[in-house]
Amino acid sequence: MTDLTSTLETISRTRTGATVEFRGLQRSFGATTALDGLDLTVEPGELVALLGPSGCGKTTALRTLAGFERPDSGTLLVDGEDITGVPAHRRDVGMVFQSYSLFPHLTAIDNVAFGLRMSGVGKAARRARSAELLELVGLPQHAGRFPHQLSGGQQQRIALARALALRPRVLLLDEPLSALDAQVRLTLREEIRRLQQQLGITTLFVTHDQEEALSMADRVAVMRAGRLEQCAPPAELYEHPATAFVAEFVGVMSRIPARSGADDGTVDALGRTLPVHGRLPGAAEVAGGTGEVDVLVRPEAIEVTADGKGTSRIVGATFLGATTRLTVRLTDGGEVMTDVPTHAMATLPVGAPVTLTLPDRPVLVDRHRRGNSGRDGS
Amino acid sequence: MARLTTPRYGRAAVLLLTGAYFLVPLACAVAFSTGVGVPGQHIGFEAYTGIFTAGGFTDSLALTLKLATATIVLVLGLLVPALVTVRLAAPRLRTLVEIVCLLPLVVPAVALVAGFSAVLRWGSDHVAGTPLFQALVALQNPDFPLVLVLAYTLMALPLAYRTLDTGLAAIDLRMLVEAARACRAPWSRTLLHVVLPNLRGALLNTAFLTLALVLGEYTVAAILGYQPFAVWILAISGSQAQMSVAVSVMGLLVTWMLLLAVATAGRARRPKETS
Repeated sequence: MTDLTSTLETISRTRTGATVEFRGLQRSFGATTALDGLDLTVEPGELVALLGPSGCGKTTALRTLAGFERPDSGTLLVDGEDITGVPAHRRDVGMVFQSYSLFPHLTAIDNVAFGLRMSGVGKAARRARSAELLELVGLPQHAGRFPHQLSGGQQQRIALARALALRPRVLLLDEPLSALDAQVRLTLREEIRRLQQQLGITTLFVTHDQEEALSMADRVAVMRAGRLEQCAPPAELYEHPATAFVAEFVGVMSRIPARSGADDGTVDALGRTLPVHGRLPGAAEVAGGTGEVDVLVRPEAIEVTADGKGTSRIVGATFLGATTRLTVRLTDGGEVMTDVPTHAMATLPVGAPVTLTLPDRPVLVDRHRRGNSGRDGS
Repeated sequence: MARLTTPRYGRAAVLLLTGAYFLVPLACAVAFSTGVGVPGQHIGFEAYTGIFTAGGFTDSLALTLKLATATIVLVLGLLVPALVTVRLAAPRLRTLVEIVCLLPLVVPAVALVAGFSAVLRWGSDHVAGTPLFQALVALQNPDFPLVLVLAYTLMALPLAYRTLDTGLAAIDLRMLVEAARACRAPWSRTLLHVVLPNLRGALLNTAFLTLALVLGEYTVAAILGYQPFAVWILAISGSQAQMSVAVSVMGLLVTWMLLLAVATAGRARRPKETS
């Protein structure tokens, strides 16, 4: 353990924690626009997850920072220094790729030492440092193995060690866990986070898995169509989404039709008058008193009670362990997701009429959308 | 059980037939060169031992090997960077490069050499007295005719293209290059330390095919008036029939040994799977 601590000290005793700034990045591939004016600042030592549906430009943003793509316009700053025109091999970034990118002709330790070899570090020094890093990722006994003799999780650990070997200013992770089994993914997720915090290295993490983003990142940047929708700590993103897209992309969100109340900025939904929260576009319409809006609610925020006279009906149930997620069809045909403790399922069989109740708290509202369903964010 | 053994007989028959197809002519060649099948001739290996002392053997073989080495270097030096670039930077040019590389397949060696002679003759008629003329002379230097290297390179392009392209398709080139670049390797070192080692098998195969082509090429060299190995074999077959067959048999054996060597070298550093 003392060994590991000293290892960490030698590694963190470097210029980690750079500031990374994307400024107005534009990039198109033919007719498709991958980046459409991306602005994002990553603070020193922070782990920011870039989250979004496929094709939203998150990978392009990362590859631009790595130097593999050139932006059509805009600048990239690392510690205030413009690196837009710097070639990839002089950028001082470490990268871990989605699929197994280890060099097949080199052993694990030679893979880790590759960057040091390219930087002209002497043989003894680079062997010592590579051994340190293998120790750090918990695979010192696999130093002599070739990539094809290692499991997927082990290969990604080696790839992480290789990326960290050069003490980069920024660490880039391009969906590094997506090719692994669920179990390995969970442990490696924690391990990456632990290492990143101990080393205090600025990290950008691309993922399409929101659970991964929410559980690992200091801040999550939700992207859509080449732009940043919102960048905020996970809890804020979940509780106070800035746009309807973020609300529905992060976590599960159901739409319940509602009417804006009097001019006091309240809405009437499911027989209750509730105050409006948030900056979503719908809020303005409520204030204008234009009538029909949708209330956005999380499954855990809705209460379900069995009620013989209820107008809603349970149409489906998905067992999730401690809770069960019910799909409830409203009178107007819209469906709502709601979580109930599994032990309460005895009174709530599929097909039973129920009544839904919203808690007496401010709600998020959005413009009314026809044919609403679950989390169709597009 | 009987059902299982039936196809085995079938397989044995096929093996026997193909084996006979290859081995009978070879056995006849060996028999003839050692004098076994020729009535009234004494049996011995004089034809084989005579090879090394026969006039022109060393010179022609040395010339062929020099030509082969130069051709391999030129083919790989042209194709590897070109194919890597096409795959990474200009995938749309792939079809064009493929067509250009496969074009020599449809040009017979005789047509090719006719074109070569025409150009060389035109050159000596029109550019005499200019530095270009010196270059043309150097091209046809009998000690090391560069013109043959150029011709062989053209002829080897289709084979080399196929093997290299297959080799490149088998690795995730873009990923390896990007991983190397992220590890601070500039382009040249990326190619040298990451791409080439992973193309090892394809490079060796290309080199071997090119070598085999140069070892056996007759038409171009003969028409242009040079005497590499294949031309020399034919030249002495008129005077010493047994020896020419002996040389052919030797040539076959040498080629096989090279093939085995290439195959072993390609496998040597691949460690065996554990478990």
